[in-house]
Amino acid sequence: MRGRMISPGKAEGEALVSKEPIGFYGGVDPKTGIVIERGHELEGKCIKDKILVFPHGKGSTVGSYVIYGLMKNGVAPAAIVNKETETIVATGAILAGIACVDGVDIEKIKTGDRVRVNADEATVEIVG
Amino acid sequence: MLRGEYGEVIERSFRLLVRLGEIYGADRMIPVSSVQVAGVSYKSIGDPGLEFLEDYASKGARVRVPTTLNPPGMDLEDWEDFGIPADFAEKQMRIIDAFREMGVMLTATCTPYLVGNLPRFGEHIAWSESSAVSFANSVIGARTNREGGPSALASAICGLTPNYGLHLDENRKPNFLVKVSVELKSNSDFGALGCYVGNIVKNGIPYFRGIKNADVDQLKSLGAAMAASGAVALYHVDGITPEARLMDISGLQTIEFGEEELKETYEKLNTGNDPDIIILGCPHASLREISSLAGKLKGKKLKKRVWICTSRFTKEAAKKMGLVEIIEKAGGRVVADTCMVVSPIERMGFKTVGVDSGKAANYLPGFCKQAVVFKSVDELIREAVL
Repeated sequence: MRGRMISPGKAEGEALVSKEPIGFYGGVDPKTGIVIERGHELEGKCIKDKILVFPHGKGSTVGSYVIYGLMKNGVAPAAIVNKETETIVATGAILAGIACVDGVDIEKIKTGDRVRVNADEATVEIVG
Repeated sequence: MLRGEYGEVIERSFRLLVRLGEIYGADRMIPVSSVQVAGVSYKSIGDPGLEFLEDYASKGARVRVPTTLNPPGMDLEDWEDFGIPADFAEKQMRIIDAFREMGVMLTATCTPYLVGNLPRFGEHIAWSESSAVSFANSVIGARTNREGGPSALASAICGLTPNYGLHLDENRKPNFLVKVSVELKSNSDFGALGCYVGNIVKNGIPYFRGIKNADVDQLKSLGAAMAASGAVALYHVDGITPEARLMDISGLQTIEFGEEELKETYEKLNTGNDPDIIILGCPHASLREISSLAGKLKGKKLKKRVWICTSRFTKEAAKKMGLVEIIEKAGGRVVADTCMVVSPIERMGFKTVGVDSGKAANYLPGFCKQAVVFKSVDELIREAVL
């Protein structure tokens, strides 16, 4: 699938897919990378090294800093794939240097799929 | 810049601006002459923000255009006296140090235009702090979008902003006509008007008719309230703001604001009785506002706490004029650098706050878990003196 490059980089890993938007500030623990938002479909899941797939961000703009903190603490996702990246996630991914692509059909990706993201070429590939 | 030849910080900052520009359909980058950076209070940005700013500063992030700073979460000199917890103060100071290292002017105010960051008409700037954005666009006629903390900082580091939104003539036209048929007397009346209109127009551009006169403090109050209850970044006032006469107002959706709407807005914003404390200066008080408060308190004694928040610059001037002494003698305080919205007042034992600001009345219930008494300064002070 070809989308739009938000932040450059390449990564391959296991997909973790959320149908709900993700709010990083208060929603993800920047120390552990675990989703802590009550009742969120990914609650308790760790996003470290995953290809994190979700429609778009939500919530506080401080979320950008949380994404940066995840990277600094070594618990960031390997790449982010969105339906449509808004400014909170775009800002976080770019500042943190995490590969990020949007504008692809994320419904084709299932949790556990092996996914290759080449943000430089704006491509997302399900490899297994 | 995108190839990293200026280093990682500039590359990432520029990449951020380019991407935001693409998301919003900008055709190119334009230089900015100044930046106002928000996201300074430890209460708002927490550890994630603190760590980001320290990391960025240590990687050599430096601003290349004059850049001023929003209020932190405490008075940077007298914080202990105000009961700010020590753990909070330590982290807040680290945030300030990071900004200092990046070369940011430590103005610590939401009213940069009162302390020397004053753009001229038509100048392109990249400001955050919604009330300052509104003032710069509307009262001065400078041009800025509503930037967030990171995008404003990126603009400061690159000296550029993507050319879209309010930088372009076609996006500065009004889309609502507000007919004001009641005489607005106090700053709080202007704040009430702002709250009412912001709620309706959201991020639209209102054009006001029927406001006979308004001083800079009243316009500051109006714009701040609209930016808080809605997301208004630009407004025009017939006969008062500089771009109003350039605008075509035929066929706009009309909003009426009269005696009834004014009363209704006061009722809606009042969620409490008998305030524990009265806090003025949202946005930061001008020297004229401090002077006016000192006039009301001269020779009086307060039975309630009264604080007025302002910039360090303004407080220093007020001190030299003897105004701080008058206010303190009555039992009040002049708080510098910070304000009630970004300081941890809920951790300081207050439950109900008296304010004359529409912006504060909007934010205090959510950000600080406070009940609000919203009145004019005259009424608030009358009820607070012995």
